[in-house]
Amino acid sequence: MKQSITLGKVTKFMGLGFLTTLKDLFTGKLEKEDFVKFLRKVVVPLASILLFIGIWHSGAKVLYNREADFKIEKALADQGPEAAEALKACIASGDISCQPNTLPAPSQVWESYKSLLRDHNIISADKAAFKEKTAALNAKRIAEGKEPIVYTGRPSFIDQIVMSLKTVFAGFLLALIIAIPIGILIGLSPTLKSAFNWFIQIFKPVSPVVWYLLVFMIVKTILIDSSDDSSFTISFISVGLCSMWATLVNTAMGVSSVDKDYINVAKVLKLGPFQKVFKVILPSSLPLIFTGLKITLSVAWMVLIAIELLAQSPGLGLFVWEEFQNGANDSNSKIIVAMFVIGIIGFLLDRLMLTIQNAVSFNKNEGL
Amino acid sequence: MTTNILENKGRGIITDNGLFPSSEVMLDLKNLKKVYPTPKGDYVVLEGLNLQIRKEEFVTIIGHSGCGKTTMLSMIAGLNEISGGYISVLGKHIKGPGPDRGVIFQAPSLMPWMTSLQNVLLGVNQVFPHATKAQRNDIAKYYLQKVGLEDAFDKKASDLSQGMQQRVGIARAFAIKPKVLLLDEPFGMLDSLTRGELQDTLIEIWNKEKITAVMITHDVDEAIFLADRVVMMTSGPKAKIGDVLNIDFERPRTRKAVLEHNDYYTYRKHLIDFLEH
Repeated sequence: MKQSITLGKVTKFMGLGFLTTLKDLFTGKLEKEDFVKFLRKVVVPLASILLFIGIWHSGAKVLYNREADFKIEKALADQGPEAAEALKACIASGDISCQPNTLPAPSQVWESYKSLLRDHNIISADKAAFKEKTAALNAKRIAEGKEPIVYTGRPSFIDQIVMSLKTVFAGFLLALIIAIPIGILIGLSPTLKSAFNWFIQIFKPVSPVVWYLLVFMIVKTILIDSSDDSSFTISFISVGLCSMWATLVNTAMGVSSVDKDYINVAKVLKLGPFQKVFKVILPSSLPLIFTGLKITLSVAWMVLIAIELLAQSPGLGLFVWEEFQNGANDSNSKIIVAMFVIGIIGFLLDRLMLTIQNAVSFNKNEGL
Repeated sequence: MTTNILENKGRGIITDNGLFPSSEVMLDLKNLKKVYPTPKGDYVVLEGLNLQIRKEEFVTIIGHSGCGKTTMLSMIAGLNEISGGYISVLGKHIKGPGPDRGVIFQAPSLMPWMTSLQNVLLGVNQVFPHATKAQRNDIAKYYLQKVGLEDAFDKKASDLSQGMQQRVGIARAFAIKPKVLLLDEPFGMLDSLTRGELQDTLIEIWNKEKITAVMITHDVDEAIFLADRVVMMTSGPKAKIGDVLNIDFERPRTRKAVLEHNDYYTYRKHLIDFLEH
């Protein structure tokens, strides 16, 4: 009983309240009056997911047929009826060499997902074997003061997810370090605000691509001596610069719009500037700062894909781009897998921020 | 002039705005003026306002909404600039806000992320920087006990009811031991039952501390129950002191004794006549 209360609290806190309802269903604790709630919170979302998959499936089928018909007609016009018949038979047999290249059906995407996992297992095993094989040699090289030999094989899908997460967190951290202090200063001083305002207004709407190019110009020159790959540095700085604006603006707004009553209390008590900022202004603007951070993290994740693609920095963006260029039979379905992974991770990051926000700020926000 | 007041004691109503010897005066408002510039020209809220408040006196201020009561109080607190004239505390002109003038605001104005103890300590730490941590804690706890919050030291301010929050506000104001206590309709947002309880709490702690107090109120009965003098302000613009009523009930007072006193309805009628004028 006690455990279920804690679970309920935790899931609600994280904005994942539907999990509790789901658990109650399986433990048979669901009361009659909860039935409507259950319908709304579990059955309706499940039904909408099924409906979505259904529409996707039939849509993909229509596109598949259209593509196939076009191919067969083209063969008929170019090479005559025999070639057309052969192509028709080839498509029907499911041979991968002649499949129409279009939106993959849900089942194909599921297959690709499994194949990406298998691929990951193979690569992991390969890596482990490599490590074992080179262990002795590397120990010797380190002892001699030489660089150890590292695994240079292809990264698996999971490796690329991890790389993307690293980039996004590095970018997010950079945004946080830049935007919060500047936001506080701008919020506190109307003079600084008018000094920086044009700057914010002009740079806020700039597209991630342009930020990337700007960072590329600067970082390339700064790291001109280094032989290391600078693509990670460039992409995380670009992500940080693109995404920091929401935090900057929200922090400034939060700091400048602190309840006048609190400011009056601080004035009457003659709090020093340090105490005023840390005891009154910051805690009271924390909810807005966190709203900004939440937007920053989701923007960072969104622009990350585009920036990785441009920077050729390993990660999900590069994965999508390479699959698109690759044009293999299952490339399209792998892109869709990546799309879902990107979406789900974005959702989880949002929940993570909500959880932290609820833990640190004084007015609790209800999750969706 | 002092003799004048003594002579009049017990004779009912005195309506003069007398001048007191400077040794008795805690708070002095002289020719006070407040002007708000507007696009259509200056708007004069207060003009030629003179008021002296003696040490250990409790003065309530009553007047119509928008007459400039709150403007005057926040000028005394130093939160609002003075356009003309001066305000002095013990003969010294005030410059900006300071902890010698404690304020209890209309909204409790507690930091909602702090506990009630931390809220009171915020002021205590500021006023008694040389006391030890334990001493400061004791001061804060003493005043929280005085306002009946001995069980709520560690409760977050946001978890307290409006009435309890205002109790913390009272404790915070008294704990910094100000020379003057300024109260801006502190019970205006409370239901009448809670208001009565808080009036009792306030007057109980005030009887002990005897801090010179200026309180704005809309409530005629509250004005009489708490005050030594009720100051009536004329309606704005260019508001000033219209009339002053001495309340000669003995302290400590009980609500029952005040209500049953013969003069109570005379006082009440005088105030209502002024307000309806």
